[in-house]
Amino acid sequence: MPSSDKIPVIEVAGLTARFGDNIVFENVTFQVFKGEILVVLGGSGCGKSTLLKHLIGLYQPYRGRVLIHGVDINTDDDAQLRKLRTGFGVLFQSGALFGSMSLAENLALPLQEYTDLSADIIELIVKMKLGLVNLAGYENHLPEEISGGMKKRAGLARAMALDPTILFFDEPSAGLDPITSVELDNLIKSLNAGMGTTMVVVTHELESIFNIAHRVVMLEKSARGIIAMGDPRDLQQHSRDPRVTNFFNRLPPEAKETRTGNGQKNL
Amino acid sequence: MKEALEPIEDFSLNLAGEKGKEVILAISGRLALENLHRFRSELKKRWTEMYPAKLTVDLAGVDYLDSAGALALVQMESEAQARAVSFSFSNVHEEAQRIMGLIDREALTQPPLIPEKRSISLLEQVGEASQRIFADLVQMLTFLGELLTALFSALWHPRSVRWGDVLFYMKRAGVDGLPIVGLIALLLGLIIAFMSSLQLKQFGANIYVASLLAVAMVEELGPIMTAILVAGRSGSAFAAEIGTMKINEEVDALITMGFDPVRFLAVPKVLAAMIVVPVLTIYAIFSGLLGGLIIGVLGLDLTVYSYVQETKRSIELFSLVSSLIKSVVFAMLLAGIGCQRGFQVQGGAEAVGAATTSAVVAGIFLIIVTDSAFALALHYIR
Ligand SMILES: Nc1ncnc2c1ncn2[C@@H]1O[C@H](COP(=O)(O)OP(=O)(O)OP(=O)(O)O)[C@@H](O)[C@H]1O
Ligand SMILES: [Mg+2]
Repeated sequence: MPSSDKIPVIEVAGLTARFGDNIVFENVTFQVFKGEILVVLGGSGCGKSTLLKHLIGLYQPYRGRVLIHGVDINTDDDAQLRKLRTGFGVLFQSGALFGSMSLAENLALPLQEYTDLSADIIELIVKMKLGLVNLAGYENHLPEEISGGMKKRAGLARAMALDPTILFFDEPSAGLDPITSVELDNLIKSLNAGMGTTMVVVTHELESIFNIAHRVVMLEKSARGIIAMGDPRDLQQHSRDPRVTNFFNRLPPEAKETRTGNGQKNL
Repeated sequence: MKEALEPIEDFSLNLAGEKGKEVILAISGRLALENLHRFRSELKKRWTEMYPAKLTVDLAGVDYLDSAGALALVQMESEAQARAVSFSFSNVHEEAQRIMGLIDREALTQPPLIPEKRSISLLEQVGEASQRIFADLVQMLTFLGELLTALFSALWHPRSVRWGDVLFYMKRAGVDGLPIVGLIALLLGLIIAFMSSLQLKQFGANIYVASLLAVAMVEELGPIMTAILVAGRSGSAFAAEIGTMKINEEVDALITMGFDPVRFLAVPKVLAAMIVVPVLTIYAIFSGLLGGLIIGVLGLDLTVYSYVQETKRSIELFSLVSSLIKSVVFAMLLAGIGCQRGFQVQGGAEAVGAATTSAVVAGIFLIIVTDSAFALALHYIR
């Protein structure tokens, strides 16, 4: 659980995302506190991935800003930007491992770039990180030689290479079987508990949400922004907003009269 | 010809009732995708025979119905309603009812949604196209700027360059390209020497085949042909590689890890091309001259010695050096445009294909334009 003295690590203020004429969300404001696992959830197309890409500085905000450790993620100061970026890790949906490099080379890359450690220490760190995600012994495999779940774990190991204080996850359980995805969730939880890493996770898997989230932020497409924020169990039971309770109770957005009933009437 | 699915079992239609009045149509047998077409034409025929005012369709005999068959029935109903014929089904099995219930009647008639932003008028399209071209140009220039900055900074901090990658791409673009570049240059030399010998022979100017070929190969053909081949082999490969990385979010990963993708991905490729293309150009020039030598010795009764002497005499150091400089510029352009097209990729696999094509086309275009500029400039410098 997040510590009681809540220190905001990420501050999102008045963020508006827009592609051409399409406003995905506007005026989104929330904070992520030190050591917590915050889950961003919502239906398809509501802008979860877009929000994540704004948080990690891949998209420029149309309006508003994102501060990480009090520094604007779109700062013009190159040195500061580099420092900021090495302070967080991202696990992309596909793992985004570099295909031409072995797992060890993938993991070693940030270490070689940002530290002056000698090759044998880097090798040791790589072994340790691979062990952390249960991939010990796979140093010399190429990404194409391992399964999808393993790729995600390797991607996670790489994201953690520099011991970042914040980790971002884009749909960690997408495309994984239920057991593998629970394993990954447990890994996320244990890393959070063990290292106190702040985590922002985009997902719409309910099991995942209840398993890992300390707090959730729920986006909604037609509302173009946040419609709920807080403890997921709390929201499930006490929210007054039907869109929220429907989501947590696995009901489709607006429960329609079922088609079969409709069709039979015409017969 | 398409091979139609063979019906395993068939349907039959039975009409009872009076023409223009109440008609009962009994359908029996199998109503499925493979006999949908015949069912509909049969039905149309029967319809024009009867013109019923009230139609009851008896489905008691239907023993197999798939979604296509159900669609035919549903359509029959809506056609009847459109002609103000009172219509009903009778004896519908539970199974048939379920399948027909699945069909969303509204979905059949709903007009397709218009995806956002599709321009309608020609004028708008022209405007959009020119905007795109302009934006493309701006992107290209921006990228060129970034690339040059990265290259200069690589000069200042050679240790920051990923030399391992540079070597890898030197092998890919250079060593692996030797056979094709050599072969094509040799053939080109043979052809030009042969064609020009046909003309020059008439004037007894055999020996000038050597100087003609030497000047052509050194000043134009060597650098241009090599650059075009490398654009086709490596410029496209660069675009495909970076484009695929873009789609796999690997470029995003690089950025969030604090790496500059231009420095990390483009600089090694461009540097490798800039090192390797001049070498390939020299190799191409020699291969071309060898082709000329073969024609000269075998076809024109020149001695090897006199051919080589004449060739040497006609090659100026100035043009050789300027050719090599030119080939370095070509290399930067073709590798740069390859990388830029790769970075532009957005969406899916077909965007990678488009990027590779565009890398080659734009690369060759840039090479030709730059060559003309060089020709003009060199003319005045000399
Ligand atoms: N690069 C882009 N260019 C234009 N529009 C975009 C772009 N990225 C996202 N969008 C639009 O933003 C909206 C939200 O997309 P986003 O991918 O963020 O949804 P999501 O919540 O992640 O959905 P899903 O759960 O299906 O992944 C969509 O309407 C999409 O069309
Ligand atoms: Mg998404």
